[in-house]
Amino acid sequence: MANSTTSPDVPGNRKRHRKFRTWPLLVPAVSILAVWAIVPLILTVWYSFQNYNLQVPPAVWGGLINYEYLLTDPDLPVVVWNTLLMVFVPLIITIGLGLAFAVLYDGPFPGQPIARLLVITPFFVMPTVAALVWKNLFFHPVFGLLAWGEKLLGLEPVDWFSDYPMAAIIIIISWMWTPFATLILLTAMQSLDREQIEAARMDGAKVMARFRYVVLPHLTRPIAVLIMLETIFFLATYAEIYVTTSGGPGSATTNIPFYIYSRALQGFDVGLASAAGVFAIIIANIVAYFFARAMSEQL
Amino acid sequence: MLLKKLLMTTSVALLTTAGIAQAETTLTIATVNNPDMVVMQKYSAEYEKEAGVKLNWLVLDENTLRQRVTTDIATKGGQFDVITIGLYETPIWGKQGWLMPFDDMPASYDVADILPTVKDALSYDGHLYSVPFYAESSMTFYRKDLFEKAGLTMPDHPTWTQITDFASKLDDKANGVAGICIRGLAGWGENMALLGLMGNVYGGTQFNMDWTSAVNSPAWNNAINAYVKLANDYGPPGVVGNGFNENLNMLAEGKCAMWNDATVAAGLLFDPKRSKVADKLGIAANPVETWDKGGSWLWAWSLGIPSSSKNADEARKFIEWATSKEYINMIGEKEGWVTIPPGTRKSTYENPKYLEAAVFAPATLAAIEASSLTDNTAVPKPYVGINFAIIPEMQAINNYLGQQIAAALTGKMSVAEALDAAAANSDKIMKKAGYIK
Repeated sequence: MANSTTSPDVPGNRKRHRKFRTWPLLVPAVSILAVWAIVPLILTVWYSFQNYNLQVPPAVWGGLINYEYLLTDPDLPVVVWNTLLMVFVPLIITIGLGLAFAVLYDGPFPGQPIARLLVITPFFVMPTVAALVWKNLFFHPVFGLLAWGEKLLGLEPVDWFSDYPMAAIIIIISWMWTPFATLILLTAMQSLDREQIEAARMDGAKVMARFRYVVLPHLTRPIAVLIMLETIFFLATYAEIYVTTSGGPGSATTNIPFYIYSRALQGFDVGLASAAGVFAIIIANIVAYFFARAMSEQL
Repeated sequence: MLLKKLLMTTSVALLTTAGIAQAETTLTIATVNNPDMVVMQKYSAEYEKEAGVKLNWLVLDENTLRQRVTTDIATKGGQFDVITIGLYETPIWGKQGWLMPFDDMPASYDVADILPTVKDALSYDGHLYSVPFYAESSMTFYRKDLFEKAGLTMPDHPTWTQITDFASKLDDKANGVAGICIRGLAGWGENMALLGLMGNVYGGTQFNMDWTSAVNSPAWNNAINAYVKLANDYGPPGVVGNGFNENLNMLAEGKCAMWNDATVAAGLLFDPKRSKVADKLGIAANPVETWDKGGSWLWAWSLGIPSSSKNADEARKFIEWATSKEYINMIGEKEGWVTIPPGTRKSTYENPKYLEAAVFAPATLAAIEASSLTDNTAVPKPYVGINFAIIPEMQAINNYLGQQIAAALTGKMSVAEALDAAAANSDKIMKKAGYIK
């Protein structure tokens, strides 16, 4: 009796108490996060309204001068397009190849552990090192492996970074990130219930049908996670460009991060670089918004 | 006897350690990873012992060095006591009051011995703001053996038209020798260093008197068209990736017949230990064309002290040591005369040992002495500088111009399109910076 009368009060009390108790506990974490993320953001926004070249102090209020400069820059559409290319093309390649590798390496075959290790290895190579290796050992028109092969076939060696700079960068990025996709999808493959495949086979499903109706639906979640993570990484591609093409020839391989770098550190224009930073945040959020919408249906 | 000696050494060592521990100043030195600076770092251990200071080195490539040092000095970070800067930064930063002036140098240092064109370039308003470690101009290197075989003679003062003609006759890519090695890598300190000169000698300038860009003028169009033709037709494969170092290696390996670049490269190219063509090289002045001035650059890597340094006195003593006559002599005796840091002092070029070891020395001196930062273009210009304008906005403007020209070199756009785009970009930057009203 006594229990039944007090019990409706207990949850309410507990709720109020918890609210009261947890807030102070949250404050340190939230404030650190705020200082960590919000202060730099506010500073970036503040500087984006300043006309400030590091070599010509002091900073003076510039109003919208940096945004006006940025939005009327004839290179900006090219830069945004390059950024999108460097995100979506490697996404398709890495996930496509990752899927193929995951399915291939899933089944047992002799030497499987070593093969798996090798297919994952490129992921452990640092971006700058990977870019240097590709630049000097593979793509170089005089010393490169590809040039050597082309000469053997009696062809004129291709100078990748001047003739196909975007393709070259995309190849490097894809090479570096395919292992990551393989790793994630391979682990997911191993959690696939073998009996399902057995059952599908007994029902007469062929290889492609089993892949399409059993494996792929099982992998949609890891693929969604991959798309999200890789988009974040690909949006920030920088080292590969810095080491190989420096954003050129012309603006052929300049993406938003490299554009910011070239304005901030090559031109020392803090105001313009900040404005470009704010622009990058907006672009990233737009991309993130659409992905989050698409993802939320999957997760 | 042996024991006594051992005891003495130990006690001396102990004493020195104690002495150092007591009054040790640490100097942080930022420098560029060029061979001459690496030699300086090697010999600085002796200076550490002599002066009782500890030297903390930060050796970086040119671009990274420039970014680190500029960021530090502009925000008054005070990280560095000695910085390695160029002829470009010194007057700009001196004007801002970011560098300690080198007034009242001791008589033994002999400031008057520094080559006047170099000293003037490193001064602002009558004060010297950095002292040169080495200085350079540019010249034409060519293979005497190949010229002889083809029955050609290189004039002392060639023109670009002649250079193109020679390159066409000497180009033999089937046997791995390109007609010319030339800078293609984009950047204000890479392709633009040379192309700024070509713009001058074809009768152009980088800015009109009202600070609007002049790089899309007919003169610049002629210059860059000539360059693109020369580099594409007679340059090595992958020319757009070649900067100073790549070209230096190729010439030293005997893979090109000609090269126009820094005089400082001569020290390496004429050194039989490091170059396969040391005995086959000839030198001439850098080419001219329709106009005969502004055809070779002037550059110096020099040492300066940020105003924010807390050890300015010790820093100055170190700089005096590293740029002294005694230092140059020491390197000459120990490392070989051909490798000393060149281009800074008159006394270097009066030293018979150096003149004997370095056949290229008189040509280097002549090129440096002839380089004027002011009187060098066919039409009036508003800026100081030869192949680039010494203004803070230059790096952004010339990096972009360099990228556009690299794009034209790869055939991604026409020369006219590249120069128009670069001129528009330059005007935009100059408007934002308040030069163009």
